[in-house]
Amino acid sequence: MILRLIERTGVFLVSLAVSSILVFAFMAVLPGDPARVALGVNASDEAVAELRRQFGLDRPLPTQYFDWLGGLLHGDLGTSYVSKVAIGPQVFDRLQVTLWLVVAGMIIALVVAAPAGTVMAARHRKISGLALSAFSQAGVAVPAFLAGILLIVVFAVRLGWLPANGWTPPAQDPTMFLKQLILPALSLGLVQGAVLTRYVRSAVLDVLREDYLRTARAKGLRPFQALWRHGLRNAAVPVVTVLGLQLATLLIGAVVVERVFVIPGLGSLLLDGVSNRDLLLVQDVVMVLVLAVLLVNFLVDLLYVALDPRLRTA
Amino acid sequence: MNDVLTVRGLSVTVRDTALVSDVDLTVGAGERVGLIGESGSGKSLTALSILGLLPEDVRAGGSVRLDGVDHELVGADERRMSRVRGRDIAMVFQEPMTALNPTMRIGDQLAEAMLIHKTLAKPAARTAAADLLDRVQLPAETLRAYPHQLSGGQRQRVVLALALANDPALLICDEPTTALDVTVQALVLDLIVRGVVDRSSALLFITHDLAVVATVCERVLVMYGGRVVEAGPVAEVFTRPRHRYTEGLLAASDLETTSRRLTTIPGNVPPAGRFPSGCVFRTRCAHATALCEETPPWTGSETAGFACHHPAGVGND
Repeated sequence: MILRLIERTGVFLVSLAVSSILVFAFMAVLPGDPARVALGVNASDEAVAELRRQFGLDRPLPTQYFDWLGGLLHGDLGTSYVSKVAIGPQVFDRLQVTLWLVVAGMIIALVVAAPAGTVMAARHRKISGLALSAFSQAGVAVPAFLAGILLIVVFAVRLGWLPANGWTPPAQDPTMFLKQLILPALSLGLVQGAVLTRYVRSAVLDVLREDYLRTARAKGLRPFQALWRHGLRNAAVPVVTVLGLQLATLLIGAVVVERVFVIPGLGSLLLDGVSNRDLLLVQDVVMVLVLAVLLVNFLVDLLYVALDPRLRTA
Repeated sequence: MNDVLTVRGLSVTVRDTALVSDVDLTVGAGERVGLIGESGSGKSLTALSILGLLPEDVRAGGSVRLDGVDHELVGADERRMSRVRGRDIAMVFQEPMTALNPTMRIGDQLAEAMLIHKTLAKPAARTAAADLLDRVQLPAETLRAYPHQLSGGQRQRVVLALALANDPALLICDEPTTALDVTVQALVLDLIVRGVVDRSSALLFITHDLAVVATVCERVLVMYGGRVVEAGPVAEVFTRPRHRYTEGLLAASDLETTSRRLTTIPGNVPPAGRFPSGCVFRTRCAHATALCEETPPWTGSETAGFACHHPAGVGND
């Protein structure tokens, strides 16, 4: 078990190091000089060279990389080439917003998928199960931004129940925060929920066929009790895998949904950075997203071990 | 003597195909009864329909009654059946490697059997679980183990302990040693017999292994093509078979035969639902005549008899 923990930690750290090199290298080969962008096309070559020196862009690439990486490790994300503002606090603020959105979306997806998938599996030969299947199939086909626009049209424009956009920090006004969170979280969560439902369904179907579930019923458990006590944890293993992958998808989905709902999250920051050619900002945001995805995968690996005792001795 | 289990006219069908027809079967209190036959003869389906655990879209008809349970078991709802299962009737399945929940400790799985039926409270169930393990000769440390840490034989002993947890009136074992190494088969069989004798439980033992039936059971029923073709005390049936199928089965497993060639029953067991009308064995029987196109009547008493138009042992062959 300790060995596995060390192994997974190792994998996490190595992939983190490799992806930081990739992110840095990708940004380095992109055409366009940040100093030239900052000063405009009319600036003199001397001024550009002077700014390059200030940014440290005249140093060799490996030096720049290790400088950047060292900063990251200390929580210093550098200063924007464009706005001359420290990037760290911005990313941190925006990350909190996006995390709310992603976590709320994930909870909605789970709350939808776990019962729906289980019912679909338990009633896979009955009309109710088939109807749910068709419904989730349709859900899979809808992109998050379209779901978002539809939700705005119905709940904000037609019914007027919820605000169409905006963001209020929870500490400032909890009610408003929740009201504004609901629609974007739904548009992220419902689509992911539809996808997750399919996986929950097949995981539960597999478990229903297991011998130990028959043993559980032979003991005197009713079908649902047997599934709850003996099936849940076993079915959770494949579902957790998908959940980990979906969190990555949700982060990406958040970039788009934040635009639709005008939410100042990491996604908006990234898009702003791209349109302003703020290369260091983009590089930092991408790295934070990569870190989040890798961290989730690492946690999923640990969760496996918690769920399945067979992995503890292996 | 009070019969623990009384099965009358049991049939099992999947859509319109009959898999088991017209099975009568009684098991007396504390009696050990064997149910033998080749694969596909309907032994396991008979057992599963007694417990009400048939797969989806497989249906049972007829009557199954258990002493001390005041309702019919065939077609009983889940709520009532779940009270009978694990308390009055328990079952040991064929495949021990997959019969236990891989994510739950053995002790919890054992204790659960008693907690479900509220036969014991939580702390007492813990102690009882250790005692159950001791009775199948497993150390108390097994309580903390997960199934994957045990061998097949050890797991089957856990499944047995699980089945015997509430001292059931009837224990059904479906080929409990078939998946085990020969070396541990004898131990598991011994534990099964000792387990039911200690608790005065009745045993319905399903197998295709005649030698096992001879050591474990007092009475035997021979099934073929979803029907009981012969029944009687083990010594009687094995030394003087009357049904031609039983005769063939015994000849095929006779190790003391003088000829070097292995004796087999000609032909194969037909696929489910494709058995001939009349006597189900007539397509493979050397003694079959036109008469066999009619279903042979049951000759003898319910506990000792046969269904054959041309029985063996009457001096005509």
